[in-house]
Amino acid sequence: MPRRWTGGLIKKLNSPGSSDDALGDAQRQDTNDGFPDTVSSWCSCAVAVFANDIRSELRTRYAFGTVALFAITTIVMVSVALSTAAPKPDVSAAMLWVVLLFAALSGLARVFVREEEMGTANGLRLGAPPSAVFAGKLLFNLILVLAVEIISVPLFLGFLPVKIWNISLFTGVLIVGAAALASSSTFVAALIAQASSGKAALFTVVAFPVLMPLLFLCVQATNGALSQVASYQARGVSNLGMIGIYAVVMTTASFLLFEYVWND
Amino acid sequence: MIKFAKIALLVLLCATTAAGFLWLPPAAGPFRNQDLARIVVFHVPCAIVASVASAVASFFAIKYLWLRRSGDDVRSKVSFSLALLFWILTTATGAMFAKVQWGQFWSWDIKQTSILAMLMIDVAYFALRAVIDNPSKQAAAAAAYSIFAMITVPLLTYIFPNSTPNTLHPKQTKLDEQYSLILWTGAFGLTCVYFWMYQVHVAVEELSRRAAALRQTGKEPPPWFVTEVSPSS
Repeated sequence: MPRRWTGGLIKKLNSPGSSDDALGDAQRQDTNDGFPDTVSSWCSCAVAVFANDIRSELRTRYAFGTVALFAITTIVMVSVALSTAAPKPDVSAAMLWVVLLFAALSGLARVFVREEEMGTANGLRLGAPPSAVFAGKLLFNLILVLAVEIISVPLFLGFLPVKIWNISLFTGVLIVGAAALASSSTFVAALIAQASSGKAALFTVVAFPVLMPLLFLCVQATNGALSQVASYQARGVSNLGMIGIYAVVMTTASFLLFEYVWND
Repeated sequence: MIKFAKIALLVLLCATTAAGFLWLPPAAGPFRNQDLARIVVFHVPCAIVASVASAVASFFAIKYLWLRRSGDDVRSKVSFSLALLFWILTTATGAMFAKVQWGQFWSWDIKQTSILAMLMIDVAYFALRAVIDNPSKQAAAAAAYSIFAMITVPLLTYIFPNSTPNTLHPKQTKLDEQYSLILWTGAFGLTCVYFWMYQVHVAVEELSRRAAALRQTGKEPPPWFVTEVSPSS
């Protein structure tokens, strides 16, 4: 299998500026930049990238540790700050999503920054098609966000006086919101990973404009789930649909644009 | 001829500004202060020009990713900087109106929200450019980011106002003839100013690029609509 992939390597070394005549007809027919163009090989590449990330994460637990500890610390902090107040559902919903958003932003850039720091990004460029790399990284970040939600949301519900009236809407927002959060911030992570070393801390600033509509929608939908009023809940369900649209649009856009950034 | 057009533009803009304050009658409408409505002839043209500048910038960002010519990257960058300027002007004039009419400088009205999103996209665009040193990576990342971030704006601008009825901005307004005359003349004049500034900035960038190339190699560089950004590593 690695032998077939050297097609990608040779083509890449030849391609900037040089003519395609040096390449045989068989290789020119290979679209997808010289990588084998079948669904199963694409899937195995994506799974390999994902498995590699999981393995190195399990070795160090860096990203998960950062994000989970950030979330736990902030939830405790919010709880302490609001200990004398009785926050209304909308305040709680806003707090929950601000915590989740900043916790996620503290660790989601790691997948790409790590590759650049350790100098393994070029190997990845040669070893797998760009869209498969992105799919693997996206899957990893999605799992990361979901894992953090599993830890921090019960903690949040325990520490703050919150009552969930529509549990299916609440879980729906958490799951779809995690997908939307992962898809848009993974792409921004790929961009910020190209920053010179030590400057990747700007991730939050760069990701925020993209995430602002998502934050707005998630808070509104969660507010609906925490409310007794039927019309609020109905609005929350329609907001959930919008979060779904956001997730689909941003995932599609990031797959389209990733190739232009990654192969540069 | 060009010189005459520039002088005519100056006269036109002075005339619209003066007319906005002096010639327009105070508005008849539910305003806290009848003179308040005059700001519409400054606020709306700024928003129109900012939208035009953002559209031009996005167009060149897409063209850059498509063809990888350094000239398109510079055009996109220049247009984004001008868009930032006009978005700030729009926000400032709007906030003045909002303070008197709605009681607060900022009230998270949906149009205010989307303008803030545009402003922050522009700021983040320049932040992203600042942290990436490699020229070709900087250009590609900035172009891709601007396209990616712009996609979220229609979501705010067009979907939210229909789903939330409580926007403070007028939904359908019929302006008086005098008002719409001054407004559209002002919008035309400001758009001309934008293209003029854009042209000057792009020319300055081109000159400084040539000067740098001459200093380094002693040779005149090729024009940049054929120059690809130097490949990295």
